[in-house]
Amino acid sequence: MATLFWVMTCGGALIWAGTVAVLLYAVRRRTLYSEPAASRLIFWAGAVFPAITLILLLGYALWLMPSLRPLAQPGAPTLRIEVTGRQYWWRVIYRQPGTPPVVSANEIRLPVGERVEFTLKSDDVIHSFWIPALGGKMDMIPGRENRLSLRATKPGTFRGPCTEFCGTSHALMAFSAVAMEPAEFRQWLAGQHVPSAGATGTGARLFIRHGCGACHAVAGTEATGMLGPDLSHLGSRETLGAGILPNSQDNIARFIAEPDVIKPGVQMPGFDMLPPDDIEAIASWLKGLK
Amino acid sequence: MSAPAKKLPKADLEAQAERLRAVWANPTGWRYWTTVNNTQIGLWYASTAFAFMLFAGVLALIVRAQLAVPDNDLVSADFYNQAFTLHGTVMMFLFAVPIFEAVAIFLLPPMLGARELPFPRLGAFGFWSFFLGGTFVCGSIFFNAAPSSGWFMYPPLATDKELSGIGADIWLLGLSFIEVASIAAAVELIVGIMKCRAPGMRINLMPLFAWYLLIVAGMILFAFPPLIAGDILFEMQRMFDWPFFDPARGGDPLLWQHLFWIFGHPEVYIIFLPAIALMAMIVPTFSQRPIVGYSWIVLAAVGTGFLSFGLWVHHMFATGLPQISLAFFSAASEAVAIPTAVQIFVFIATMLAGRVIFSTPMLFGTGGIAIFILGGLTGVMVALAPFDWQAHDTYFVVAHLHYVLIGGMLFPVIAGIYYYYPLIDAKHLSDRMGRSAFWLMFVGFNVAFFPMHLAGLRGMPRRVFTYPADVGWDWMNLLSTVGAFVLAFGVLVVVVDILRPKHRQNRGEQNPWNAGTLEWISEPEENWGVRSIPHVESRYPLWDQKNLARDVNDGRFYLPDAEEGRREGLITSVLDGDPMQVLRVGGTSYVAIFSAVSLGAAFIALTFHWWIATAVSAIVCFCAILYWLWTGTAEIPEKPAKDVGLGLTLPLYASGPASVGWWAMFITMVGDSTAFASLVFGYFFYWTIHPDFTAGIAGPGMPWPMTSAVLFLTAWAATFAARQLNARGFVAGMRIVLLLGLMLTLVASAAGFAGPWSHGMDPTAHVYPAIVWVLVIWVLAHAAVGAVMQAYCLARSFAGRLTPVYDMDIRNIALYWHFMAITAAIAFAVIGLFPEAV
Repeated sequence: MATLFWVMTCGGALIWAGTVAVLLYAVRRRTLYSEPAASRLIFWAGAVFPAITLILLLGYALWLMPSLRPLAQPGAPTLRIEVTGRQYWWRVIYRQPGTPPVVSANEIRLPVGERVEFTLKSDDVIHSFWIPALGGKMDMIPGRENRLSLRATKPGTFRGPCTEFCGTSHALMAFSAVAMEPAEFRQWLAGQHVPSAGATGTGARLFIRHGCGACHAVAGTEATGMLGPDLSHLGSRETLGAGILPNSQDNIARFIAEPDVIKPGVQMPGFDMLPPDDIEAIASWLKGLK
Repeated sequence: MSAPAKKLPKADLEAQAERLRAVWANPTGWRYWTTVNNTQIGLWYASTAFAFMLFAGVLALIVRAQLAVPDNDLVSADFYNQAFTLHGTVMMFLFAVPIFEAVAIFLLPPMLGARELPFPRLGAFGFWSFFLGGTFVCGSIFFNAAPSSGWFMYPPLATDKELSGIGADIWLLGLSFIEVASIAAAVELIVGIMKCRAPGMRINLMPLFAWYLLIVAGMILFAFPPLIAGDILFEMQRMFDWPFFDPARGGDPLLWQHLFWIFGHPEVYIIFLPAIALMAMIVPTFSQRPIVGYSWIVLAAVGTGFLSFGLWVHHMFATGLPQISLAFFSAASEAVAIPTAVQIFVFIATMLAGRVIFSTPMLFGTGGIAIFILGGLTGVMVALAPFDWQAHDTYFVVAHLHYVLIGGMLFPVIAGIYYYYPLIDAKHLSDRMGRSAFWLMFVGFNVAFFPMHLAGLRGMPRRVFTYPADVGWDWMNLLSTVGAFVLAFGVLVVVVDILRPKHRQNRGEQNPWNAGTLEWISEPEENWGVRSIPHVESRYPLWDQKNLARDVNDGRFYLPDAEEGRREGLITSVLDGDPMQVLRVGGTSYVAIFSAVSLGAAFIALTFHWWIATAVSAIVCFCAILYWLWTGTAEIPEKPAKDVGLGLTLPLYASGPASVGWWAMFITMVGDSTAFASLVFGYFFYWTIHPDFTAGIAGPGMPWPMTSAVLFLTAWAATFAARQLNARGFVAGMRIVLLLGLMLTLVASAAGFAGPWSHGMDPTAHVYPAIVWVLVIWVLAHAAVGAVMQAYCLARSFAGRLTPVYDMDIRNIALYWHFMAITAAIAFAVIGLFPEAV
């Protein structure tokens, strides 16, 4: 892919410079060219040269395509990640044969060096899934299921923005993709199967009492809502609000009180009518869900 | 025959000119606005489109100001989304396409040596529709009601009433109204270019501008109808909840993307080709020689037009379509670069073979080409699916499309303004201001848009109202904003140059650039286009035909007079330009503006669901159009033929393929059939994406659709028989058969309606009944028009306005009925046979 880009950029720059040079020469020179000579220029530079260049380029690009977007591999892949676009966040479900699925949101972790199959869906409007550092984008279209296979080659955290305009806060819809060493990744995934150690306590009671569980799920509590992001291990995520704020207790409290200010058009209603102490308690509890 | 006639004595000439002037004069006072003269309409049209461009430019500056720094809160997210949606919409629909219809309406008649286009009132109607629809769409932002779902309006975002509000309806209905006007203009331009050229101007002698406009008008005819079909489906979903794009009820959002981009990609070339056409007039003039490679450039333009219809899927590379189709559309998208390169090298070759005078128009032209080439090359990059997966919907594409459109369209348009300004009021624009404007625009443009390539490659998506500070896009965006304001300042200099008073400047000479084409004969002070219609023998008649300008102005060619006080022009044959007929065109009238206003009122009332106001306006519009047709068309002349000068006598009336009305009907119906084909495409699209497309819902059955189809075919046969009977002089027989046809039409419509109705098909339940109903309604609406036409011909026959000799009306409606029969047969075969037969 990088080679294709550099071939096209350098080739394009040369062609541009060459054509503009001929154009400037045509404007400035003093000698007159005969009509047949000028017609030959049209034929060679206008028709033959672009035809040959484009055929070569096209052949090269088509030859690259299968390696960039492999068709379904024989045999089930070991790890499949289902990502569903929502206004304006992402539901992420890790599916592995033989274990129950792990539900998360707005952060995608994947093992370095392994091919991961993504299943891409949407529940409301069209979104588009893209991790620029790992590969091309793929739309998430209601009523359709798209597939994309990606492989991270080195560990790190990459930003992934939504790239199809999806409404008021399209600009505020992103996620982080964290590529981890495979062993570390398996350990992390195993941890996601069990509720967070801090799942019980005062915060949990307030969370349930104020009705947060109608939309959000937290493993190990009565909160099992599916309308909003799963918050079972919120404290361990790097960002908040689908990749737009650093994950801190203050930011969680702010999001609870006035989500619409942070993210215009968000579905979640604001809870600024709650006592500030309750908001702080819930925020601190959520931050503790590692 | 082509030699000019003897010059008349001065007094006779003066009298002739006075009569001609009176016939073509504009009304005065406030009635000035009812004029239909192509010069006025063209200027109003162009000024309105230019004003919309400035408005959309201001929106772009707001967008750039918001993006100047990260996490900015200058405007709200919602206002930003309205601003970028309206920016794209206005630039595409209200500037880029209409400006060329405007320029063509202004320039084509003098360029072809014609007095007028064939349907001046239609031109005025188109302008007023555009003016009203455009003002309505633009004005919405002042009420916080502008569309905010992007200019591409993807469902479900744009079909959901809570997410998109009334803005989406304003977009759909306002623009549908303008699309109708665009198609009207396309019909007028095609017929004008084919039939209204000066005698002797064979098709291979036609100015390149006319060639390009012919191609572009043809493209409009095939590109806009799919969008209109899409708009119908879209508005049915928004207004009546018919689930065309709702996956829960069998619909699919991707159908809209197909229909939109089948329109949307040719649209790019509909914008680009006329700009190249202006260059094809400017470059030969400033090289002081004919174009090198006339056939090359014509073939390349035709090729571009054809190929542009096979590229639409490259806007959908990331939707998950099969790779084999991606490969096909990548290849087709690359191929279009070849004819484009040919056109650019034709200009370079012409400059090489001539002595270039480097004027302001050339500066804008060559600067635009340099920008355009870069946009073309990035286009070659994004046309390849593997690269597009990265670049798609990022600022790389924003940079690409602005390089293509500003280099390939805005710069040539400004070159055209500097070049053609002397034709407007015989004055010059300032060379000094032009050059300053160019450098401001050129530098500002590159500073604004070049960094966007980098921002896109670094992952900045399009259509974001803000971006975080820590991802490395800051300086590029700041630079882009600075550049955008410099570019805007350059445009402002052009505007000041156009608007500054020039009354102190002396009247310039007639052909200041020593150009070779006919439009430079016309005098800005006169409305008649050409004083007499010349005989043309060359591609550059002013260079090759000695004293042509003088002889034309001395009234030594065709139609130098207006003895009967009528606006007259010549109709010539399509290929050879042989004179065939004198065409009398409509003059000043309220009817065009009145029809446009009432139609606009109907569309606007529909937006707000004011049903009664909609119905009233629609009926008023219907009556106005009937009055227009009755009083202004197919008029029986007071004598069969007249002497047009140079010893030539031509008929004053023609019907069938010899008449312009027949061609206009034919071309309109080709566009109409394209919209119908798009709906049928929708039917089969739904079928292919579902294992069982009917979802177990009962169809319209076979008996009713088949009955209806047969009845429609008999109605068609009756109409056709009426035409034949009339031509043979059996007037009474014609009336009886036509009345029979009218009744058959009504019965056939009832049978067509009975199919889905008797099976209780509920269009809101599932996409299958919805698409069946849409096809049936399409046929019924056309049958209603067909019935009105039959009744109209009956009335014309009784009124003595339709006779066996003067039979234009019935020949035109018979032509309509050929298309009607095909439409009905296909529609009922599709809905009646397919679910059963397969």
